[in-house]
Amino acid sequence: MGSYLVRRFVLALLVLCLALLILFLLIYAVPGDPATIALGPRASEAQKLLFRERMGLDDPLVVQAVRYIGLMLRGDMGTDILSQRPVADLVLAALPRTVLLALVGLGWAVALGLPLGVVSALNPNSWIDRVVGVISTSVVALPSFLMAIYGLMLFSVTLGWFPAIGAGEPGDFGDQVRHLVLPALAVGIAWVGYIARLVRVSMLEVLGENHVKTYRAFGVSNLRIALRFVLPIAVVPVLSVLGVGMGNLLSGAVLVEVVFSRPGLGSLAYDAVVSRNFPVLFGSVVVTTALYVTANFLTDTAIALLDPRIVEEG
Amino acid sequence: MSAVLSLESVSVLYRKGRTMVPAVRDVTLEIGRGETLGLVGESGSGKSSLATAITGLLPSGGRVDGTVRFEGSDLTGLAASDRRRLRGTAIATIAQDPFTSLNPVVRIGRQLVEFQHWQTDRSRAERWRRAAEMLAQVGLSDPEARMRQYPHQLSGGIRQRVAIAAALLVNPRLLIADEPTTALDATTEDQIIGLIRNARQAIDGAVVFITHDMSVVRRLCDRVAVLYAGQVVETGPVGTVLGDPRHPYTKALLACDPAGIETPTRLLPTIPGTVPAPGNLPPGCVFAPRCTAALPVCSQRSPRPSAAGPGHSAACHLMGTA
Repeated sequence: MGSYLVRRFVLALLVLCLALLILFLLIYAVPGDPATIALGPRASEAQKLLFRERMGLDDPLVVQAVRYIGLMLRGDMGTDILSQRPVADLVLAALPRTVLLALVGLGWAVALGLPLGVVSALNPNSWIDRVVGVISTSVVALPSFLMAIYGLMLFSVTLGWFPAIGAGEPGDFGDQVRHLVLPALAVGIAWVGYIARLVRVSMLEVLGENHVKTYRAFGVSNLRIALRFVLPIAVVPVLSVLGVGMGNLLSGAVLVEVVFSRPGLGSLAYDAVVSRNFPVLFGSVVVTTALYVTANFLTDTAIALLDPRIVEEG
Repeated sequence: MSAVLSLESVSVLYRKGRTMVPAVRDVTLEIGRGETLGLVGESGSGKSSLATAITGLLPSGGRVDGTVRFEGSDLTGLAASDRRRLRGTAIATIAQDPFTSLNPVVRIGRQLVEFQHWQTDRSRAERWRRAAEMLAQVGLSDPEARMRQYPHQLSGGIRQRVAIAAALLVNPRLLIADEPTTALDATTEDQIIGLIRNARQAIDGAVVFITHDMSVVRRLCDRVAVLYAGQVVETGPVGTVLGDPRHPYTKALLACDPAGIETPTRLLPTIPGTVPAPGNLPPGCVFAPRCTAALPVCSQRSPRPSAAGPGHSAACHLMGTA
């Protein structure tokens, strides 16, 4: 178990470094000379040379890349062009809000989708299975930003049940919760259907395995078998898909944040794009990547806890 | 000798499209206390279907006709929950494939405790202790360590011992072993058969042993029922049936047993053809198309079982003529 987690952790770190390298190369490939842009068109060649030397722009590409990755990993993401504040501060202030939105969105999707999937798998082809099937396939097709816009129009504008913009007054927990309801609904809704479908298929597969017959042969009730001995196996592939799907979830959260003008990584990145504030943009991209890698590492850990066979196979 | 299990014209039918297809037809058998009955036949002869008819674990879409009596009471009329209780307390099954019959993500100990689900008088600690004792009884060294392992960390032979221990933990009065040695190598098979022979003495009841291997029947069983295409074609005491087989199918099966071959041959004997599919049975005797001794009457009328000796009967038209 220990060595498995260490291997997974090293792998996660490598993935993060690779992502940073790609990001660096993307910046590098953008046409234009930084020195000319920074000093303006009337700067002399000598000034430009001095600037390049001071900023390390005349170093070989590899040295620049390693320096960039090293700085990012140490949390130095540069300075916000507009406010002159460190990008790391901005990003770290926005991060908890996005994580909260993603977790609550995913959380309610699991809380609803998992039982729906289990009920469907236990009564295959029954009317309840069909109803769940129709509902889940229809919500899977809904993009989260669309849900955000319609949710906003219906529940905030027309009905006035929930606030439309912002994240709530700092310190007022109830207000923050009310501001979270609609965005979390929009982020999670497609996942309800997705999780219900995945759990159903995976459960049905495991229910057909031989060991289920053994438990039945000893008179254990079907419900008990399903919940205690089948579900832990059936959620493993669901978890793997969720881990990979975190990328989707995060990009969904980003769009939803923009729709609800909710402070967070999404709004930060969006505003940065609009104002060409590149350090902030890259900072939020790096942190989102790190979030994704972390989520995958946590998924791997959960899977290892559920299925002892995976640990030994590596 | 009171019957532990008696089957009266039991048929097992499965839904196939719009019709019900019989996998087992009109089987009447009785198993007495202390007896071990061997159910023999090729793949597809209905052995396992008959076993599921006894345990009540038919797949959905299946149906049992006729009466299955366990210790005198009719099981087919029981409520599902009563049947479940019976499975956890009186009727135990040893599964066919030790590699898939245990849950891969649950430690052995927790599974053995769970199998004693219906032993409500035992505390959790007692269930654990009994499981360890039983593992020692089936010849596992260091049972406590085994119980903390997962199935994939154990060999097939050890897993099958665990399965036997599991079955014995509920003190069954009827033990059904569905080809428990088929997936194992010959040496392990020998040990497992020895274990089941010991288990037979330990339980106060009867054993149904399902196999396709006549040599296993010879070593383990008191009586044998030969199944072909869902019908019992011959039944009787092991000594008589194996020593003086009356049905051509039994004879053919015995001829195929490598243990009975004395002169070395290049090819092992086989029975030409395959078992007919349940939905597509030939008219008359089901074995007639593959039978080397078939008469014209065989493909017209189905033979009735007739006595061939004490407790020995066979369903063959040749019985009267031979």
